[in-house]
Amino acid sequence: MTHKSLLKVDARTKKRNAAEKRFKTYGFAAIIVSMLALVTLLTSVIGTGASAFKQTYATVTVQLPEDKLDKSGVRDIDVMKKVTTIGYAKILNQGLTDTVAATGIATELSTKDIGGMLSKEAAATIRDHILANPDLIGQEVTLDLLMNGRTDGYFKGRVTMESAALDSNTSPEELALAQALADADIVHTKFNWAFLTNPDASDQRPEAAGLGVAILGSLYMMIIVLVVSLPIGVAASIYLEEFAPKNRWTDLIEVNISNLAAVPSIVYGILGLAIFINFMEFNQSSPLVGGLVLSLMTLPRIIIPARAALKSVPPSIRDAALGVGASKMQSLFHHVLPLAAPGILTGVIIGLGQALGETAPLLLIGMVAFVREYPAAYTPDAGLFGEASTALPVQVFNWTQRADPGFVERASGAIITLLIFLLIMNAVTIFLRRKFERRW
Amino acid sequence: MKDTHMQNSKISAKGVQVYYGDNHAIKDVDVEIADKTVTAFIGPSGCGKSTFLRCLNRMNDTIDICRVTGEIKIDNEDIYNPKVDPVQLRAKVGMVFQKPNPFPKSIYDNVAYGPKIHGLARNKAELDEIVENALRKAALWNEAKDRLNSPGTGLSGGQQQRLCIARAIATAPEILLMDEPCSALDPIATAQVEELIDELRQSFSVVIVTHSMQQAARVSQKTAFFHLGNLVEYDDTTKIFTNPEDPRTESYISGRIG
Repeated sequence: MTHKSLLKVDARTKKRNAAEKRFKTYGFAAIIVSMLALVTLLTSVIGTGASAFKQTYATVTVQLPEDKLDKSGVRDIDVMKKVTTIGYAKILNQGLTDTVAATGIATELSTKDIGGMLSKEAAATIRDHILANPDLIGQEVTLDLLMNGRTDGYFKGRVTMESAALDSNTSPEELALAQALADADIVHTKFNWAFLTNPDASDQRPEAAGLGVAILGSLYMMIIVLVVSLPIGVAASIYLEEFAPKNRWTDLIEVNISNLAAVPSIVYGILGLAIFINFMEFNQSSPLVGGLVLSLMTLPRIIIPARAALKSVPPSIRDAALGVGASKMQSLFHHVLPLAAPGILTGVIIGLGQALGETAPLLLIGMVAFVREYPAAYTPDAGLFGEASTALPVQVFNWTQRADPGFVERASGAIITLLIFLLIMNAVTIFLRRKFERRW
Repeated sequence: MKDTHMQNSKISAKGVQVYYGDNHAIKDVDVEIADKTVTAFIGPSGCGKSTFLRCLNRMNDTIDICRVTGEIKIDNEDIYNPKVDPVQLRAKVGMVFQKPNPFPKSIYDNVAYGPKIHGLARNKAELDEIVENALRKAALWNEAKDRLNSPGTGLSGGQQQRLCIARAIATAPEILLMDEPCSALDPIATAQVEELIDELRQSFSVVIVTHSMQQAARVSQKTAFFHLGNLVEYDDTTKIFTNPEDPRTESYISGRIG
């Protein structure tokens, strides 16, 4: 057959070229859509959550009268403890009112209303401070104290004069006073370290709620997951890939591992509840149980990529090692594992990342509880990682259920924290991968 | 001493059968391989010559479905005796593979690996000496001496194959098996490796599998022709190539089958 001129594109070629172009466009469109989704997600989370990292404080000078705070007169701590936060709240109300008067701002608000602009947490803060330093009684102290959620929201743009008029928890007058105090440098906004270190707070005081306990709990669980599932997962994948005979049993195990990776995580929660809490009687809500449940969940997710990484090491390397008289173990540890390490590592970090963000199984084992005490890594009573705790994703879940709008910001802030931890983990993986791969 | 009918037999195989699952790959092969000679296995693809070679250092053990029966003796010891550890055997019977497969490590570490795991060197100086000797014997020393710490995978194909030969001889084997060592090399590198094989004959028994009849004629003293799993003819190389007894050998070397 004779071909027509090459300078003219024939119909068939045109059709093929068009199909190729269409395919490219689909791919490009898919990437654009996913990028848009990512950008939307990040802007919405950062938009609502970034303000959680800033907090409004008032610098208040407070008189500490001995007759109200220490009836014993000799700084007897037990007597001083009888003064509750209600007693301290009254002193604070007076202190803030005096501070307002000292700046010369005119207001018609009552002492109680002025003091109400401070967080309910402020009274506890000053009480703890005085109990720790009893010598301060009788003097005057100047402290940075938390403003309440509404006032804080006003400085973050969440609360406006219009919304305050309809709100029983604040009023336009209070906000006007807060603005005047801010102009006088008494009220100011600073970086909110307490968000990362404080424990959770009750429904009425979102301004005091922090992630301290959740971060600690998540950290403990990650340690357990790493210690339990890394060696077991890597050992299992090495055995299955290198040593196990290929027969019906290993096929069965292989199918089951693949299935386990696809089991919904909440099922692992039920399993953990039955085994670790009901049968083995470990403490509810403890990072130990959470970590073990997450380890079970992570195992197949480590084994599958680890096996793939081992499989991808060229057989010629194994032949070479066996050919010079290396034993199976030597060929494995000297040659195969170092080459598979980057792949195994990636699997491990992805598994850990999933475990870090997992919520459902933790709800079932009671980690959703309200915990104010920092869990100790070890106590003689509760054992290793046995003290009640919560976890980052569970804290997000918890806060999104609370009524006060202040918690919306906190929940998004917690998501940002979670994402930062994930980013750090991924950065570590990339660093380690590079390090291993640099051995050519 | 009933095995002494051949002057200096190193390897003696009798009635060797190899099965891959249901596939009968080697059929009743008897062969005597002499010490300090180069023996070539030739034959068309799939004739079983590589399979038989891999029986000699039990590399077939790594294939699950592979089964070997019959008797293979090296220095009068049955290497398929249950008491024999294949790891020890492979230190005595080194192997060079078809595709150069240096470890992704430095040139030095490639050669030093075998001596290290077999404890052949008591200190660094001895190890350095073993490495240098192996590289010299493999005719790679002059090219590699200034870059011992650079990766072995960065060498050219022919250099990589010589590195693999150096790695194999560094463990001081008595027999060297070569599975088509030149099939991935260009003619110049091939010539270098062939020259090397001829020198290695001084110290080792070399068994080489090759597709190239010219190569077999150039480097070997004895040649075995395999066809469809049978050892058709085994004799002096000159005899095989000038005056073969079996008509199948004749057809193969004259290019009519294969």
